[in-house]
Amino acid sequence: MISKDGDLSGNCPTAPPRETVDRREFLKKCSLAAPVLLGVVHAPLLCAQDSEGQPYDPSEHLYGMGIDVQKCIGCGQCVAACKVENDVPLDPHTFNTWVERYVISESGEAEVDSPGGGMNGFPPLEAQDGLLKSFFVPKLCNHCANPPCVQVCPVGATFITEDGAVLVDDDYCIGCRYCIQACPYGARWFHPEKHVAAKCTLCYHRVTEGLVPACVEVCPTGARIFGEIERRATPLARFMRFNDIQVLKADLNTRPKVYYANLDGEVR
Amino acid sequence: MQGFIYPNEFELHWGILVVLYPYVTGLVAGAFILASLERVFNVKEVEPTYRLALLTALAFLLVAPLPLLAHLGHPLRSYEIFLTPNSQSAMAMFGFVYAWYLMMVLLLEIWFEYRKDLVLWYQSEKGPMRWIHYLLTLGATDLSEKSLKFDDRAGRWITLIGIPSAFLLHGYVGFIFGSVKANPWWSSVLMPVVFLFSAIVSGIALVLILYMLSSLFRWKPVDMRCADKLASFLFYAMVVDFSLEMLDFIHRLYESEESIGILSQMIESRLFISLIVLQVVLGTLVPMVTLGLTAPALGKNSILRTPDELRRLVYIGSAILVQIGIFSIRWNVVIGGQLFSKSLRGLTVYKLEFFGIEGLLTTIALLILPLVILWVLVKVLPPWTDAEDPSGRGVYGPGKL
Repeated sequence: MISKDGDLSGNCPTAPPRETVDRREFLKKCSLAAPVLLGVVHAPLLCAQDSEGQPYDPSEHLYGMGIDVQKCIGCGQCVAACKVENDVPLDPHTFNTWVERYVISESGEAEVDSPGGGMNGFPPLEAQDGLLKSFFVPKLCNHCANPPCVQVCPVGATFITEDGAVLVDDDYCIGCRYCIQACPYGARWFHPEKHVAAKCTLCYHRVTEGLVPACVEVCPTGARIFGEIERRATPLARFMRFNDIQVLKADLNTRPKVYYANLDGEVR
Repeated sequence: MQGFIYPNEFELHWGILVVLYPYVTGLVAGAFILASLERVFNVKEVEPTYRLALLTALAFLLVAPLPLLAHLGHPLRSYEIFLTPNSQSAMAMFGFVYAWYLMMVLLLEIWFEYRKDLVLWYQSEKGPMRWIHYLLTLGATDLSEKSLKFDDRAGRWITLIGIPSAFLLHGYVGFIFGSVKANPWWSSVLMPVVFLFSAIVSGIALVLILYMLSSLFRWKPVDMRCADKLASFLFYAMVVDFSLEMLDFIHRLYESEESIGILSQMIESRLFISLIVLQVVLGTLVPMVTLGLTAPALGKNSILRTPDELRRLVYIGSAILVQIGIFSIRWNVVIGGQLFSKSLRGLTVYKLEFFGIEGLLTTIALLILPLVILWVLVKVLPPWTDAEDPSGRGVYGPGKL
């Protein structure tokens, strides 16, 4: 028989007395544990959020992106998501992010392609002798800490934010395209309608709302890891700790904040 | 397209208008440096071209920013370069270097040089020209010996400041390209120096052409001492320029950096005509050898003795070839620097359109415009030393007070 207060002990007189948790207390504990549980599942989201109710403070963040080359399957979802999220023209020569495929033969020769920026995936490789390896490399603006594009902009229309994103002010850019020439990574393009320089914003509009960039959100294999660089317990920091990290064209001293793991030496 | 290029590299961002900009500023700097030879270094033989060179520099300088403006995505925002320049940007300095050169060097020098004549013209003329010349005196009609001496001294000082300014103007254009570390074709410390000497070459050649043609159209004899001297200076400048370019070439080849493969491919395929044929052979070697043989550059007499008529033809032909060569240099720098991918894995092509703001037609118009401006300037400010003095020594020559 269950007593009015839910005590079952009456039915089992020999059983040792147990601590009882009433329903109200249980729910209370659950609600306290929820943020922790959600934090585990959605850690990247949390790393971008400020404490509740506080306006976003860029000085408290420094963002970067990790890319695990071994995990990329070349599906192109990231490219498509970026085009939609950021209103990037659909033509095949304007990309904030794209995916390159490297095919390396046994003789060491590398062939690279990126049809349509890899947005619709890649055609199957034709059977060929002496194929050593093949892999995909997602590319995007490296949001350099020492960005040559920012250095050359004559009017200061392109700038680096406190939280580490390199952005362009559409209303200020004069369209001289010096920044496009100065970028060693081919990450900038000229907007055919707005007539200004354009590039990856690290989905700044999402990041400052506590979301992750669109390309990271849709990646089915978790090849892209977004987050804080300087905090020890973030997924990006863990990624950087547990992998051998490389950046692109390190010799140019641009100090990129896109970090690659398992990157082949052929990739430029 | 050949090999792999980054997807965003499909379109070339700096087209023929950006080729035109260093070409035109080079002519300005070169013409001015030629003018200063007479003024500062007292090379009397080139005196007949002194004023012509100054007016040529002004005419081309007025046009120099136009190709850049036409190229901008938002030309109406260009004033931001003056209002909020990014002090770290090489390009941000353009407005200031340009304004300095135009206002503080060329206009001032021309004004001091012409002031005496402007007053004399104003006093002796009738009709609208009288008032135009009066307006140009800015009211300073004092022709006392003291004030004329001041004009001369001021002119000399301005030229002294003008030489480094002209070096700055064009060396700076070279720096815009040479400082782009992302681009191995551009990134070279020699770039500003090469730009400067090629500017001197193009400026001397242009003044030589203009001097010979204007003499022809005015039915005046060409002063062969002047033409010989100009041709000799052109030869010297070409030797220095070519040596610097060869130094750059050999240096790259010897260092053989990562980019050497794709750059060699580019020279052998995409740039073969414009670099090997037009720039090196037709634009440099042929005129340099011809001038070396016919001009009295290596001694009192030339290696080949030629009659004046033939020598005039050789000079003008060489100077035209030099112009083609220098334009090719600008083309090879600007367009060549964008024909290969920064991935160093492929080459792209440049499709020059005919119509449109960045087309061939606009370019031709922008090349003719400075000649039209020069024609107007020559009408308002006649530069001829023989205009009123049959002896040909001229009443207008600088320092003849």
